[in-house]
Amino acid sequence: MNGTSILFYVSGRKMVCLKTVCGLFAAILLLGFTPPAQAELKIDITKGNIDPLPVAVTNFKGDPGEAERIGRDISAVISSDLEGSGLFRPIDPNAFIQTPVSLQVRPRFGDWRVINAQAMVQGNVQLLDDGRLKVEFRLWDVYAETQMAGLVYHTSPKSWRRIAHIIADEIYKRLTGEEGYFDTRIVYIAESGPQNKRIRRLAIMDQDGANHRFLTDGSYTVLTPRFSPTAQEITYMSYIDPYNPRVYIFNIDTGQQELLGDFPGMTFAPRFSPDGNSVIMSLSTSGNSEIYTMDIRTRKVRRLTKNPAIDTSPSYSPDGSMIVFNSDRGGSQQLYVMDGDGKNARRISHGKGRYATPVWSPRGDLIAYTKMLGGEFYIGVMHPDGSGERQLAKGFLVEAPTWAPNGRVLSYWSKAKSDEKGGGGETRLHVVDLTGYNDRILVTPLDASDPAWSPLIP
Amino acid sequence: MRVKLMSFVATLLLVSACAGSPKTESMSEGSGMADTSASHGTTSMGIGLGKVPAANSENFLVADVGNRVFFGFNKYDISASAAIVLDRQAQWLQENPSVTITIEGNCDERGTREYNLALGDRRANAAKDFLVALGVDANRLQTVSFGKEKPVALGSTESAWALNRNATAVVN
Repeated sequence: MNGTSILFYVSGRKMVCLKTVCGLFAAILLLGFTPPAQAELKIDITKGNIDPLPVAVTNFKGDPGEAERIGRDISAVISSDLEGSGLFRPIDPNAFIQTPVSLQVRPRFGDWRVINAQAMVQGNVQLLDDGRLKVEFRLWDVYAETQMAGLVYHTSPKSWRRIAHIIADEIYKRLTGEEGYFDTRIVYIAESGPQNKRIRRLAIMDQDGANHRFLTDGSYTVLTPRFSPTAQEITYMSYIDPYNPRVYIFNIDTGQQELLGDFPGMTFAPRFSPDGNSVIMSLSTSGNSEIYTMDIRTRKVRRLTKNPAIDTSPSYSPDGSMIVFNSDRGGSQQLYVMDGDGKNARRISHGKGRYATPVWSPRGDLIAYTKMLGGEFYIGVMHPDGSGERQLAKGFLVEAPTWAPNGRVLSYWSKAKSDEKGGGGETRLHVVDLTGYNDRILVTPLDASDPAWSPLIP
Repeated sequence: MRVKLMSFVATLLLVSACAGSPKTESMSEGSGMADTSASHGTTSMGIGLGKVPAANSENFLVADVGNRVFFGFNKYDISASAAIVLDRQAQWLQENPSVTITIEGNCDERGTREYNLALGDRRANAAKDFLVALGVDANRLQTVSFGKEKPVALGSTESAWALNRNATAVVN
């Protein structure tokens, strides 16, 4: 067997090349370096990653001027994405031995092993005559000395940032086996002003905080935004009619918002169905909240719950067959699952405390929630049958998790205690992975609440 | 919103001598307020220093009738002290038939946003139902929920939270 595979390589330069690398490799082993990984380089994302994988992200090479600058910026964004995931530790470029120019020929893997890089990212940027940007990248397994990924992208130079996120997603996918989530956006509620006269505006940004913009002007309160499956539209609750708060659909490109249905009461807590054809939400009439769906095109309405209790915060399973929701029908706020047609409602939360804001993972395997117990709030996850409950974050007020499209990372919001003069009360967005490690604050220009993570941008 | 704190304070000072003027900011439910059950809002009407607000005005509702009732944590039932205030509101509405009001339901910050929107709506409607049961035409009573988004009292304290669990009547 071995003989066969060796014979395979016995031809021309490839053989020479391999020999050289093997020689280097042997030398490094003699010097007492870690032996190469036996299997393909891979991170197990389901374990708490105390030791992030050291990765060298080199500056993407481009001709002096704009291409060079874009190359540098792309590398910086990739680096920041990978580091932000908590699974990777980008190595300080000052430690790099091999120069970008010689890297163009072939990586000298020994140079990268010396600085403990497990993986190395390399790329080229070219501004084409037709005005387009060409970006090439390669991901190398430094110990196996193999190329793990290599792709070329053509785009408008303005889109360099998206390309960087797409490359980071590819690296993430190759090294974790999970889909990436960097080429995504987050819509949320930007908050400002005193607690009793809060201004709440719809805002959107890339998942790393870049390209931030406000979508509403703050003259009316908006709450609980959620993306459509195409990431083109947002459904949310708006007080644009101050005494008739309702669910609206907001088009990101046009900035138009449209009232969804004419219900005899307050509509709130909306979410799109997985196919994007309908919105599921609560309608409160005479103080009783029930769950309804409305077909966006036909406007056909269907009532799914019938109970004097509060029924709210519905969220579909990814295949649309089930709905998890929040109800106090049993006396306290708990999580229930019912079939897509409203039948067979059964309680799934059985721990101590009150549960709220359930949201089904895009992978279907977990439901994230807010839990209130003993004066503290928690963000946690459980299986759809209620088993395996696990808390990921805790605070005076933490609320409303939202899933990144890979179902491995979540965002939620927190609020600090405020004082009698209205000071304090800082409201922040957080990102945390499923292990509960690597909880970090997503920096926003103003206070922020109600994050909603987009699907991967089509 | 339409309740101006300054005018509220000023009016409260002006009419503070009135036996029937409710301490609308009473924090602990079921305490104190019950003692005034014998005197209804009507008995205070017309008493004052000649500067009391017009009887059908927002200020009068706030200062003399009582615009706000409070609820227990996660509760929406009308307490004995809330019933007294609502009783006065009902009488005042009967005496001022041109007035229509909106009842705003509010919650403290110790709950989640969506559930609190529902709970605020329950509270507003609990107050409305009580008024309707006392004979007020339901068409004169609108409701709206602000969930936990419009606290009247600042601070993350038990006393602020108690004030923020309310149903507040505002004149349309």
